[in-house]
Amino acid sequence: MFTKEQIAERGFYTQHFEQGKQDNSLILNMGPQHPSTHGVLRVMLEIDGEYILRADPVLGYIHRMHEKMAEGKTYAQFITNMGRVDYLHALAWNWAFVGAVEKLGETPPSPRAEYLRVITCELNRISSHLLWWGAYLLDLGAFTPILYAFDDREELLDILQDLTGSRLTYASFTFGGVVTDMSDALKERITRFIARLRDRLPMYKSLVTDNFILLGRVEDIGHIPVDMAVRYGATGPVLRGSGVAYDVRRAEPYSVYPGLDFVVPTSDRTDALGRYLVRMQELEQSLNIVEQAVAQIPAGDIQAKMPKKPKVPAGEVFFAVEGARGKIGCYLQSNGSGSPYRVKLRAPSFSNLSLFAELSQGTLLADAVSILGSLDLVIPEIDR
Amino acid sequence: MYRLEEIKRAARGMWSLVVGLNITGKYFLQPNVTIHYPRQEVDNLATFRGHIELIPEDNDSLTPRCISCGTCAKACPSGCITVTKKKAPAPTPEEVEQGVKPKAPKDPETFRLDFTLCSLCGQCVMSCPANAIRFSQNINIAGYSRQDFQFDLVARLRSRLPKHVKKAE
Repeated sequence: MFTKEQIAERGFYTQHFEQGKQDNSLILNMGPQHPSTHGVLRVMLEIDGEYILRADPVLGYIHRMHEKMAEGKTYAQFITNMGRVDYLHALAWNWAFVGAVEKLGETPPSPRAEYLRVITCELNRISSHLLWWGAYLLDLGAFTPILYAFDDREELLDILQDLTGSRLTYASFTFGGVVTDMSDALKERITRFIARLRDRLPMYKSLVTDNFILLGRVEDIGHIPVDMAVRYGATGPVLRGSGVAYDVRRAEPYSVYPGLDFVVPTSDRTDALGRYLVRMQELEQSLNIVEQAVAQIPAGDIQAKMPKKPKVPAGEVFFAVEGARGKIGCYLQSNGSGSPYRVKLRAPSFSNLSLFAELSQGTLLADAVSILGSLDLVIPEIDR
Repeated sequence: MYRLEEIKRAARGMWSLVVGLNITGKYFLQPNVTIHYPRQEVDNLATFRGHIELIPEDNDSLTPRCISCGTCAKACPSGCITVTKKKAPAPTPEEVEQGVKPKAPKDPETFRLDFTLCSLCGQCVMSCPANAIRFSQNINIAGYSRQDFQFDLVARLRSRLPKHVKKAE
């Protein structure tokens, strides 16, 4: 270990590269402006030729202190922030915070709102996976798939815009309900969309999944054994891609998920292809969930009767939901005043990224890009 | 035997490329899915969140429903709303005699929105007790300077006069 003076002298970010570079090796910064890091992630790599000796992710480039901001805002004002932590699955973050407040105040949302939340959240998961699919293949050098993905995603965002008012940074959950109701016309549109995407998924498979160039880039790359995934606290498709059927919707059931029929897809492959296949199956499962929720949705108010300013009693609570990237948790401590005393957000991408240092050791640089993409990272969520 | 397997694998791989090209070819012949913006416009704006605007009274399209209570300004997480109340009119001689101060009208003098700070969360719309704010459907919003996004929503409402009324004035 270095002394404090040495760290100050050598710079904070190099402290993990304790041994310095070796003979014939090169220290390379991948990011923070690298297209395959999908944001401002910086990875310090020590490479020997094309092989990675060490990799060290450097975080903090898009830290916006969301947790601290919560302490100065009222409960309702902080919902706006939750749409901006993870821009791809913003509704799950909405739900994590709103759910935590509702759990602490013991004020459940109205039954219709529960179903609307499931519908919007699952549609949002599909849009997140579609974007991941397109962007991952873009990283691997295939350009056209993202255009197909965005064609479907466009229809999906139109539906979500009708349901929530926004297309990306949603802030549509309220305490005890949701903002907008679903019309019958929209119900039909969602049904049409489900049929449409089910029609397209086989095309996705024959265009991309069966393509042997893709298989060459993802097969047997980035093996995550179960114990390693558990050790790093990986969740979501990364953990399920290692064969563990852990899904918060089943493990810690919330809302109306226990009444919905869906399976938790897993893959025993443990490599990048396994994670890829899990996500593709999740698309189908999310479609199943939306289909059931649309069929079962009860009539009624979209907002439970609540005071405009939620009365949150003093105490602490933890509420977790399943996001597109894994377990999204919100720990909330209240002292009974109008704003939270402390909010701690558990971002799944943070744990998933921490696997990267170990995973990429000894791989080719091009494979490291494939591994990074298969973890499906959203950098603003990591930094919060 | 190993070599035979390799050849089979390669053949299957090449075939997967043909399948992919076939799909690309099929989609190449299908009609366009994008909207050509200046010539075509999107139509699904029913719940679209443009910048907020004031809702006029039912019987008077020039006066906002707003009661200038300032709840929206307090609810806003970014502090982008400033409401100023109208001042009370100068007292008439009769009122001076009676010693009564005239009451200020409820509607706002100005309702300033700094759209550069707004994140369109809708807290103002939800919190308004008079139900006087809604999202506009203004999608064509662009400007050359920061000042282009400082709106006075009262003035904006007034500028919405129908043409024949403007002429008469």
